[in-house]
Amino acid sequence: MMSYIARRLLQAVPAVFGIIIINFFVLHLAPGDAADVLAGEAGAANEAYMKQLRETFGLDQPLYVQLYEYVANILQLNLGYSFRHNMAVADLIAERLPATLWLMLSAVFLAVGLGILLGVTSARFVNTIVDRIASVLALLCYSTPVFWIGLMMIVLFSVELGWLPSGGFETIGADFTGLDRVLDVLWHTLMPALALSLFYLAVYARLMRASMLEVYRLDFVTTAHAKGLSPARVAFKHVLRNALLPVVTMAGLHLGGMLGGAVVVEVVFSWPGIGRLAFDAIFQRDFNLVLSILVLSSVLVIVINLAVDLLYAWLDPRIEIR
Amino acid sequence: MRRLTEFWRRYRRNVLAVLAFGVLLVVAAMAVFADLLYPQGPWEMVTRPFLWPGDRSQHLLGSDMLGRDVMAGIVHGSRVSLLIGVVATAVAFIIGTLVGATAGYFRGWVDDVLMRFTEIFQTIPPFMFLIVLVAIFKPSVTTITLAIGIVSWPTLARLVRSEFLTLRERDFVQAGFVIGMSNTRIILTQILPNALPPVIVTSSVIVATAIINESALSFLGLGDPNLMSWGTMIGAGRQVLRNAWYLTALPGIAILLTVLALNIAGDGLNDALNPRLKSG
Repeated sequence: MMSYIARRLLQAVPAVFGIIIINFFVLHLAPGDAADVLAGEAGAANEAYMKQLRETFGLDQPLYVQLYEYVANILQLNLGYSFRHNMAVADLIAERLPATLWLMLSAVFLAVGLGILLGVTSARFVNTIVDRIASVLALLCYSTPVFWIGLMMIVLFSVELGWLPSGGFETIGADFTGLDRVLDVLWHTLMPALALSLFYLAVYARLMRASMLEVYRLDFVTTAHAKGLSPARVAFKHVLRNALLPVVTMAGLHLGGMLGGAVVVEVVFSWPGIGRLAFDAIFQRDFNLVLSILVLSSVLVIVINLAVDLLYAWLDPRIEIR
Repeated sequence: MRRLTEFWRRYRRNVLAVLAFGVLLVVAAMAVFADLLYPQGPWEMVTRPFLWPGDRSQHLLGSDMLGRDVMAGIVHGSRVSLLIGVVATAVAFIIGTLVGATAGYFRGWVDDVLMRFTEIFQTIPPFMFLIVLVAIFKPSVTTITLAIGIVSWPTLARLVRSEFLTLRERDFVQAGFVIGMSNTRIILTQILPNALPPVIVTSSVIVATAIINESALSFLGLGDPNLMSWGTMIGAGRQVLRNAWYLTALPGIAILLTVLALNIAGDGLNDALNPRLKSG
């Protein structure tokens, strides 16, 4: 187990370097001096800031020295200073990250939960009208643009029905404490998390259906049926547990994509996370902040994938052998 | 030609897929004949603002906050969506096939290096990478198309690689080695044509994703400012969401139908091209 962890950790190192290097080249391929790009043409590009940027990133040095400086800076989490926000970039991201993580966690929870429910139902009633309806539902969720369904949900649930708040992380100025605050945040999370989860929900439903049908064919399921167990008991106790692994694997792989979707959802629902931070930074032309968010979220994906891999190795000892 | 009729015969069995093909034909026709249908273009103010769909028969889908015809916008928008979707997929196809074929054919360290490279690209959150690329290189049709291609190729590369890994071991390819065919010739004439069917199926899904990505970019205000796209219309409609939600709903339905049709057609293609692997 320890050697497995060590090996996976070692594999992650080149990936982190690769991402930082790709970022570096994006910055240098862009039209103009990297300092211009980082500072943005409009507004805050005063001489002092440009000088500070040139020094931080060593922009007057040869390219390989710049690359070295850039990598060294990022590895020390020295991401520079955002004049737009008057804060160190690292602190700014740290402040906004929890809201995004919470949104993604809620979306994963909904996607896996509802996806499994839909997939299991399809598989239990395979090739019936129930299965058909579930498939069409999944296909619809799969094809809907997340930002559009978010807006449509706002129209229905906030504007027309007035059930749910149209955006934000919590009610501003309400100063709820304790349980009231938790409920308030949950209330605000429901719509954005559901919007973000729909696409993945569809993927997991299809995957779960296929995976369940595969497990249904195995001998031990026949045995369970032969023992006289009820179909529901076989479905949930025997088949479901064995059919789960592919869904969990995919959920791990999808986190990167979900982070991207979070940008759009956060913009639609005025959610105070890093996606919205990145979006605002783009229009304020604060590219240093944007690129830092990109690097950190990529590293975050690597870390989460690593954690998921280790979790399997612990859950399913057979995986370690590969 | 015989192969085409055979293919159509198999595809026809799936009613839903035929319907989807019909929807795609309509969207393609809108894109091709946009200038004939609405010669004044999507930006022209033709009537009074905020006409709801059905209010006046000559503007079937109503008008927006500036009195522009919504139908004209949707018809002209189909052009942008389809063009960017298809060309971006072609870009992804070229990069993905080059990387995947090289990795799967030569194997060994070449494969290791190329796959590590692909994994790195897969780790970067694609949509976030996309908005950064488009923002830094300035939004235009060219940058948007290239950027979508750049974030979409890894899936195809992995698929092509796995096809090449298995096909390379097949007898007819081995025979090519024996008679002394060059690597390039084996790759292009022996393996690639046989690797294509699953790649084509996946490409139809990539076109769908590309269309969604383009509309999301335009929605965020990172689209080509000179073009009317479905995403642009949704972004504009969002400002008046509370009073005129149809301005957001209608272009979204256009995206949903197109993407849905592409996905269903992809399933149909899959069944028709791989008759042995009937899904479900």
